[in-house]
Amino acid sequence: MLRADDIHVRFGAAEVLRGPSLAVAPGEVVAVLGPNGAGKSTLLAVLAGTLRPQQGEAALEGRALADWPPRALALRRAVLPQHSELAFGFPVLEVVLLGRSPHAGASSRADDLAIAVACLAEAEVSHLAHRLYTTLSGGERQRVQLARVLAQIDFAQTDGGDRPRYLLLDEPTSSLDLAHQHATLKTARRAAQRGIGVLAILHDLNLAAMYADRLVVLSRGSLAAEGTPVDVLTEDLVRGTFDLPVHITRHPTRGCPQVVPV
Amino acid sequence: MSSVALDVSRFAQARQRRGLLALSLFGAAFAAAFLLAVGYGAVAIGPGQSLAILAAQIGVELPWPFTAQQEAVLLAIRLPRALIGVLVGAALAISGAALQGLFRNPLADPALIGVSTGAALAAAAVIVLGGSLVMVTAVVPLSLLLPLAAFCGGLATTLIVYHIASRDGRTDVAIMLLAGVAMNAITAAGVGLMVFMSDDQQLRDLNFWLLGSLGGATWDSLGAGAPFLVIGALALLLFARPLNALLLGESEAGHLGFRVERTKRAIVVLAALVTGAAVALTGVISFVGLVVPHVVRLLAGPDHRLLLPCCMMFGATLLLIADLFARTVVLPAELPISILMACIGGPFFIWLLLRRRRGGGW
Repeated sequence: MLRADDIHVRFGAAEVLRGPSLAVAPGEVVAVLGPNGAGKSTLLAVLAGTLRPQQGEAALEGRALADWPPRALALRRAVLPQHSELAFGFPVLEVVLLGRSPHAGASSRADDLAIAVACLAEAEVSHLAHRLYTTLSGGERQRVQLARVLAQIDFAQTDGGDRPRYLLLDEPTSSLDLAHQHATLKTARRAAQRGIGVLAILHDLNLAAMYADRLVVLSRGSLAAEGTPVDVLTEDLVRGTFDLPVHITRHPTRGCPQVVPV
Repeated sequence: MSSVALDVSRFAQARQRRGLLALSLFGAAFAAAFLLAVGYGAVAIGPGQSLAILAAQIGVELPWPFTAQQEAVLLAIRLPRALIGVLVGAALAISGAALQGLFRNPLADPALIGVSTGAALAAAAVIVLGGSLVMVTAVVPLSLLLPLAAFCGGLATTLIVYHIASRDGRTDVAIMLLAGVAMNAITAAGVGLMVFMSDDQQLRDLNFWLLGSLGGATWDSLGAGAPFLVIGALALLLFARPLNALLLGESEAGHLGFRVERTKRAIVVLAALVTGAAVALTGVISFVGLVVPHVVRLLAGPDHRLLLPCCMMFGATLLLIADLFARTVVLPAELPISILMACIGGPFFIWLLLRRRRGGGW
């Protein structure tokens, strides 16, 4: 279990997080929703161990994140950043191989290469393997970064053995076209099938409703709602949190709720 | 699937070929420059003769005859000078490459961000005020105080520039360069003050520091500076993998399991150490740390595991060649090496900026 309890974060006078709690279990996809400035990325940074909250604690398998050695943590959770730029032109395959860094010594070069190639295929960027990262478009970069974090977390393995694995995705679809938005979330679902706990910050409520097991809605640093898509996505909640009047309908084939602005 | 597998083995082969090519090319250039540097001068010594003299020191006889005069010149004058050139060039180049990787900033250079001038100011202060530092010099001999001061000056300026440019763990490229400009202005004012206060002899010493020269090279000065340069440069080599991860960004490197803060501190201190020691030995030599990594990247690529050792070899090569020019073009006088390096580095810097503007990347 990767969990955060009663997290309080202040940046100067601004109180960004006011005590939300959140847990991700292996094998589930959790989507974090909320308007701009709700504290989603800050909460993700706390769960990633990058940011230490002023109050409250984030823990992995019952052990505070700060107490984990960085490399042991890196073998158990990977973080997809919102944006990632490279100062120098690294080939795409090398960027994905960087994801294998925490496995140095425990995994052979040949295995690392094979894993990197498989993850490139999963993220649908095999054709870019030899391109320089700096020459890619925003969406292509995002998919290459996805391949990198998949390689880090041993995506291809059906189970991590005694090593629980978590994938934290900060707006993984923000630069992607429609087809790749769905491809990315299907990858998240496949990861969950292989026992990886996935937490993704999303802006598209309909995308979240289609792929997530659970939704967590943040509003002004606090938890506004949590539960299955059907329970969470109500007209009242969306109007209250996003300040937007909507109708809730059903997806014609999947049956999950879909949000239509009026 | 088989086509993908084929693709990968080709990739691995290509990477290996590139590594071997770069290492052998820079290695060959370095060997040639070294033999040229020790061989060229008032007393000519052929490459074979140089090798024979060096081999003779360890009791090996090579089939190239040499005179006693050649042996004396090589061992007493050329060799320490060349070795200082090698160490300083290699150390400046690798710290430039490491700083560029650390700051994710292709324009970082020990001199550009004020480290070298900070070191020079501290050294200048010791030279000019050394007489009045009786209390200190009673404890620490001047020969040790100079490099120590240069190191502290370099470290202090680095930390100030770094602190100004960093916020929330991110270093702002433009701010850092501007902070470097400001620190250079401040330290230049300090150096100016030292020049103003100095007497004739001190002025002569100061000039040596500010313009840079390998001319002061002796076995003694080499012995004092070499440990810092060798240890610092070799220690920087160990950071190739974290530097690669840092190309993704600081928090990304942290997510990959690297201890980023520790790495950053270590690299900044090591870069200040070698730059301080280099300034203590040869004075300020600018642009080696800027030019060398860029040239090497063109051939070896940005992977620090290959980049760092190649930078050491090419930095040594560049400084040997520059020194060769410095001591031969205006015979019998010597041109300060900084003037030469600035003639190469300034236009190179402009070329980098123009290339960037055309969208060519670094």
